[in-house]
Formats: sequence, C-alpha cells, structure tokens
Amino acid sequence: MDRKEILSELKKVLAPYTESKEMLDGINEQTDLIKDLKINSANLVDIIIDAEAQYNIEIDFDAAEKMYNVGNCIDVISEKINKPA
Amino acid sequence: MSNRVVITGLGVVSPNGLNIPDFLHAIQNGISGIRFIPEYEDLKFNCQVSGVPEFEWEQLRNYITETSLYGLKGKGIAYGIKAALDAWTDAGNEIVSEDTLWETGCVFGSSVADTDVIKTAITRVDARESKKLGSRVVEQIMNSGVTAYISGRLGLGNKIINNSAACATGTQSILMGYEYIKFGMAKRMVVGSCEYVDRYVFGGFDSMRVLSRKFNDEPERASRPMSASAGGFVPGSGAGALILEDLDFALARGAKIYGELLGGSTNSGGQRNGGSMTAPGPEGVVKCIMEAIANSNISANDIDLVSGHLTATIADKLEIQNWVQALGRSGDDFPMVNSLKSMIGHSLSAAGSIETVAAVLQLKHNFVHPNLNLEDPIPEILDIIGANNLPTIKVDKEINTVAKANFGFGDVNSCLIISKYKND
Repeated sequence: MDRKEILSELKKVLAPYTESKEMLDGINEQTDLIKDLKINSANLVDIIIDAEAQYNIEIDFDAAEKMYNVGNCIDVISEKINKPA
Repeated sequence: MSNRVVITGLGVVSPNGLNIPDFLHAIQNGISGIRFIPEYEDLKFNCQVSGVPEFEWEQLRNYITETSLYGLKGKGIAYGIKAALDAWTDAGNEIVSEDTLWETGCVFGSSVADTDVIKTAITRVDARESKKLGSRVVEQIMNSGVTAYISGRLGLGNKIINNSAACATGTQSILMGYEYIKFGMAKRMVVGSCEYVDRYVFGGFDSMRVLSRKFNDEPERASRPMSASAGGFVPGSGAGALILEDLDFALARGAKIYGELLGGSTNSGGQRNGGSMTAPGPEGVVKCIMEAIANSNISANDIDLVSGHLTATIADKLEIQNWVQALGRSGDDFPMVNSLKSMIGHSLSAAGSIETVAAVLQLKHNFVHPNLNLEDPIPEILDIIGANNLPTIKVDKEINTVAKANFGFGDVNSCLIISKYKND
C-alpha cells in the first residue's frame, strides 16, 4: 500500500472524530490532527485503536506519540504494514 | 433576600412521550408506556414488563456534535441530554453559546451510571483488552457523566452537580437548583434527572420481589398504584428536565413562565421508627411534607393536587395515611391524588423529574391526569380519602397549587410545592 492509498483510508478512520468535514476532504501530509482538524486530543487514542483494527497492526506507545499530523500517521502505519509483527 | 424562582422550560423523555406535546397528550388521555419485554422472559425475570422510551440514537443528532454522538453508548446520559436540551430550547434559549454562562448551573440526578457501558469495560478488561477501551468509557461510567455532557454542550459555568438519592433524586435535584437561585448563588439552573434501567439493575429489583409479576400478558394493566390487586412496581426508564430561573432574570428576558416553584423540603427519617433502607419512616415523610408547605408560605388547604410517589407496592396505603396526616385533610376535603407511575412505571431517579414535569403541565393546562388501573382502590385508602379524589379519567379543574413528593431507598424524602405564577 503506498502513501496515497494509506492517506485515503486514513480519512475514513479520522472522519468520526472531526467536525471539520471540509478540512478533512482536503487533508495532506502536513495537516495537524489537533490544530487543523480540531480533533479532541483525548480522541487520539480512539484513532489509534481504530487504525490498529483497520490495518491489522499494533501501534505501541512510542509510535503513537509520533502521530500528531497526517504525515506522521502515514509513516507509522506504512512502517507497521511493511514489517508485520 | 427572597428571590422568587419560576419554571420557564420543560423537557421529557418518557415511555409514553418523547417530547412535551406528545407527553401532554399521553397524560391527558391515559396512554400507557408499559410494554412486554421478551428479553426479560428469556432471563426468567418474574416481572417481564417495563416502561421504555421509544428512543433512537438518531434523535440526538441535532442535540450534540457528531463527534460527541459517535461513541456515546450510555442511554441514561442520552435521555438526560435530550430532556435537558429540550427544556433549554423550550425556555427560549439557543443551544450553542460562544461564552461560558456563569450565571447558569445544572443539578442533574441519576441512580446508576450506565451498566451497559460498564459491562463493555468489564468484558474488555477481563479479556486483557483494556487497550481497546478507548477514550469514551470513563466519561460515561462516571456518575457525573450526564451533567458533564449537558453543561458542556450549553456552556454552563455555575454549579454543576450530579445528585443521587435513589427514588427521591428527581425532586431533590429540582429542590437543590431552587435553593441555589433562592439564595442568590445562581440566576438560572438546568435541573432534572435520568435513569436507564438495564437488565442488571432490573434483576436486582426483581430478586427483591417488589416488582409486578401477575400482569406480564397484560402490560398496560401491570402498573397499579393504590389498587387492591397491585403486586409491585414496574420499572421504567427516561428523563425529565426543567429550567428554573430567578423571577427577575426571567422577566428581563421576556421568558414564558409555566409556574412558580414556591419551595420544598428534603429530609430523612434516619431509618428509625418504621423507616429503613427500603421503607420510608412515616415521621420523616410527614415532617418533610409539612416543612415543604411551611417553606412555601402556603396553607395545606391551598393544595389542589397531590402528585404522589405511589409506586404500586404495599407502601401506597401508608403513603396516603402520611399525606392525610401532613395535610390535616381527609375524605372529600382531601385534594385529588394521582400517580403517573400508573402510565409509565417507576423510573427510579428519573421518576421525580418526569412527575414534576407532569405536575407543571397539569397546573398550566388545568387538569388532573387519570390514574390507570384503579378500578379497585385499596379499601383503607377509600376509607380515608374517598373515591372522588382518585380520578380514573382526566378531570378538567382549576389547579393552582400542586404538592409533588418522592421517597427513596435510604429513607430519603423530598417534596416540592409548585403553583401558578401570580404577579403580585
């Protein structure tokens, strides 16, 4: 799965957690989850749980801490997908 | 300081109506919200009927944000949000405020946090999957979940308190809101209570053998307060909410006024002299009602309607005796009495607020709602207050003052006195 494909699937994972639907449609690798998409910081754990289920991966604490913008999320997800546990 | 407290908004989620117009229609026409619950037959409960609001999650879509609705699983919280926000808009307010409303607070009650949500947590944790619980569990299993959702949505900045006093919760929460306004600590309070009786809570009561079990095949006949053939109460779920305001604050913004909360009282019999964990002691009940009347500066003779606790257990007879003693009135001189529980069952913490909403509607629209299933009143009740005060069909009648009381486990009592608002 390339970064573009991950990004388009990530949109679906993020959708329930943002009220900024227009901003979500136009996300790019620089989009910040909290500042741009106005996602409640407490919901980041829900996004991680949903991403784990979506991609059948495990995201540990250290990796999760890096997931604050779309680019970081794709980094972590693509790394885990390519190196299955 | 003698601030007057008026009621400016109402909201309800009841087994027989999900909004005020439907609920008003239901209580005027004696429409029951009690249904047979197939799951309860499967669970081998003695009581297999319940009062359950016809609530769908979709109904909350315009009440809270989509992100907040996503992940909300607690039905008691959901009922509470709907009732409170309906009351808020009924009082002429917008839901969304940019700024914190420092003058407005919330006292909302509940008995148990949502056990469905707790069950999910227990199952996950026991399966060593606590990692998958996510961020939305704690806010829904904390007792203050419902007040947190309501106050957050409306931006309330005054006292935000979750209250719990078993079946006296609803009336007690309303009284607490009244006191904050009366003593100048708040200008406006969102008050009420909610309850979602799930299978686990239901099972606890079922095992106590205090629930109706002889009318499982005739659900609408199952809740029978004051009836000689009553055999226990029917649990129900729902929520009721009111907006209380300082009179001047309400007048200044041109609010419509349903009525005035004149005062009330809450106490306990101390679980002495007939009072216990599960039964209200007569002394405490009588004292509570008399204090409510005294605090409201009215005479017992002014009361036109008694909205009783009257659950359809053996306590009904004693409750009527207590009212007779507290009011010093009996026979045809006794006011009319009704129990909303005959239509919707007993929704525990939510009972007091839903019944207060019903009381305010009877005051506003000048009627006494019928008591369902009262074709055979308990003889001792007939002996002391007569048949004329036990309406079985709607009675159109000028209602100026209502006494509303509830009595809860722990021997906790609460009584409110509500009257028409008179500009004097």
